[in-house]
Amino acid sequence: MDFNDTPKEAAFRKEVVEWLDANAEKRDPNDTSAMGMFSEKESPEMIEECKAWQQKKADANWACITWPKDLGGRGGSLMENIIFSQEEAKYITPANIFMIGLGMAGPTIMVHGTPEQKKRWLPDMLRGDLVWCQLFSEPGAGSDLAGLRTKAVKDGDDWIINGQKVWTSGAHYSKWGILVTRSDFDAPKHKGLTYFVIDMEAPGVEIRPIKQITGGANFNEVFMTDVRIPDDQRLDAEGNGWAVALTTLMNERMSIGGGMGMGSDLLVGELNRLAETCYVDGVLGKDNGAVRQKIAEYYSRLKSMELTVNRTLSALSQGGMPGSESAILKLAMGLLLQEVAAFAMELQGGMGAEFGDESSYAGGLWQELYLGIPAIRIAGGADEVQRNIIGERLLGMPGEQRVDKGIPFKDIPTGA
Amino acid sequence: MNFLFDEDQDLLRDTVKKLLGDKATLESAHKHMESGADYDKDLWQLMAENGYQGIAIPEEYGGAGMTYLDLAVIAEELGFHYAHTPFASSIYGAAEALVVAGSDKQKNDYLPRLASGELIGTLAFYEAGGRHDAASMVAEVSGGKISGTKVPVCDGLCADIAIVSAKGDKGLSLYIVDLSQAGVERTELRTMELVRKQANITLNGVEGELLGAEGEGEALLEQIVSRAAGLTAFEQLGGAQRALDMACGYALERWAFGRQIGSYQAIKHRLADMFVKVEMARSNCFYIGWALTSSADDIAEAAAVARISAIDAYSYATQENIQIHGGIGFTWEANPHLFLKRMKQQEAQFGSAAVWKERLYKVLANKAA
Repeated sequence: MDFNDTPKEAAFRKEVVEWLDANAEKRDPNDTSAMGMFSEKESPEMIEECKAWQQKKADANWACITWPKDLGGRGGSLMENIIFSQEEAKYITPANIFMIGLGMAGPTIMVHGTPEQKKRWLPDMLRGDLVWCQLFSEPGAGSDLAGLRTKAVKDGDDWIINGQKVWTSGAHYSKWGILVTRSDFDAPKHKGLTYFVIDMEAPGVEIRPIKQITGGANFNEVFMTDVRIPDDQRLDAEGNGWAVALTTLMNERMSIGGGMGMGSDLLVGELNRLAETCYVDGVLGKDNGAVRQKIAEYYSRLKSMELTVNRTLSALSQGGMPGSESAILKLAMGLLLQEVAAFAMELQGGMGAEFGDESSYAGGLWQELYLGIPAIRIAGGADEVQRNIIGERLLGMPGEQRVDKGIPFKDIPTGA
Repeated sequence: MNFLFDEDQDLLRDTVKKLLGDKATLESAHKHMESGADYDKDLWQLMAENGYQGIAIPEEYGGAGMTYLDLAVIAEELGFHYAHTPFASSIYGAAEALVVAGSDKQKNDYLPRLASGELIGTLAFYEAGGRHDAASMVAEVSGGKISGTKVPVCDGLCADIAIVSAKGDKGLSLYIVDLSQAGVERTELRTMELVRKQANITLNGVEGELLGAEGEGEALLEQIVSRAAGLTAFEQLGGAQRALDMACGYALERWAFGRQIGSYQAIKHRLADMFVKVEMARSNCFYIGWALTSSADDIAEAAAVARISAIDAYSYATQENIQIHGGIGFTWEANPHLFLKRMKQQEAQFGSAAVWKERLYKVLANKAA
């Protein structure tokens, strides 16, 4: 066990820092704008900035450190990847709108795609030329994702798609989507699914923004009416869509959980600043025992999160398989951030619910964070789903008794 | 960067697991509770023959000179198996006090015998009121003799020496006190955890050997307690893991309403929450294990986060383990209460979560300044 870089890692870090110094501006360590979520205004300019930064990284071969070289990656290690992320976080860079592509669709295509499909999609994805989105959830299929009803019917060399998807982040600026459909309503629910890559600009795809509790509209509902998808955009066999979707979901948990390990110093630094200016019934926050206790507790929990990410990566880099462990991170982080943000707002006293004008604390940063957090606890598998994963796959508990197993999908009760 | 134990440490764990699995069973813990023995002398001897006590003590002082991570492996397994020994008091406490503050002569005098298990040491910091902060201490040194009452002293009945804090002209200092001398009175306390005996030790003008510089007691005490608490966190982690394992075992074994109770989300989700807390504590424990081995500047922070999260995981796991067991979990005969009681004993021994949160806050504030 050694938390420090090996000489080889130190040399890699130096190379990363040199490149970042030459290509980006260093962030003020006390700048809290990195904490914002769902606050970016997704203007066309912002999308272009994100793409430009990704292309700059791609030109210097930093875009996908762990991807194999023949797909345009660096062929580097997971530890090198985390080193790059740690250093990149210290610079002012645009938001990452490529997570669904690089973190989910890419790894799924690598496992389930044909050589032609890999060549067709992965290099473009890596350069950030084209953005990807995910079409999984439906109005009637959230945690019970395999209950989805978007219909795929074979028609010559094409498939015809009809149905509706929801919670599709970034659909409005994406070129490609990963899509799970039902191709057989007579098969049991997990057997009748087929997985596609869909062109979001194809005729019959209609995207409508959904206004969120934050007031923004980062995600959408997507209606598909007689959309034609060529059969060469099917990933893996007809009827094998559930296995493909599981690959995506596993990578989703990993990218959500893994991306959350950083920022304990930033968050706690911000809480400490708050404690120096806020008053609890006339007593300065930093002189109030309850405030000090909370700040210490949150630091301890954030630190353990950061170290758990590193432990998981160490296990992976020593040949372990990415498993259900990332469920721990996703579950713990959403709950923790919700508590931290709520506490920070409590410290702001009467101004706790105010944001967005000059009199609000830090420009309403904590309020924005607080409103965004329910999404972390729901997206990518709700807390309850993560607990099932931990309970059943890691602790060996029996599954729930179910009434939807082994019968044709069309016979499953829906309450409708 | 590597955030895992290495292969040799994994092998060490297998060996320790085997030894403790054979000798430190819960059946034997129940027997020891009934017999009232101070500790399991056969197990202590066997551990010494395998070099456990001296694993992290430098070779020049009779130890094996391995790292604190190796010691951490043993600590975690001692917690998991509910071993009935004064290991924590003697090794994380007294031996660490000598490593931190001892002169070369004192290290030569005591460490080899602590390493071989021949001598048992403990820390005697607490005084009435359950405080161990310097300001609260009443024990004093006058004319070179120490007087005062230390309570509770863990393993205070079987210990041969104690590291005692006492006030003199120059402030608080630490002393090595031979507990076999006249003027030392020990009485057993009525305590929750029946295989880790607690004592009241009254010192009536006894001899003590100054440990570290005179008047430096407060700073030394802070360092020693950080190390002892950090290593104890691994025992707490092991105990929390055991409570979780027991709860999982029972959830599979017990049926209700025609199904295994582990198939109900009310139980399964609680087990998942226990698991998350245990894994979070494990990560912070790794931090103190690494800091003690390789990064002294991080010890204060790492000990605090390890301690805070280990207390959290251990208390949640042991309380919910009883709940998941239902009525049988409330019986003396079943095992869940053993870990609940040790959890409370270990929480009390080196400072509660509230103490460590306050300390951590100060560390963070200093870091920011």
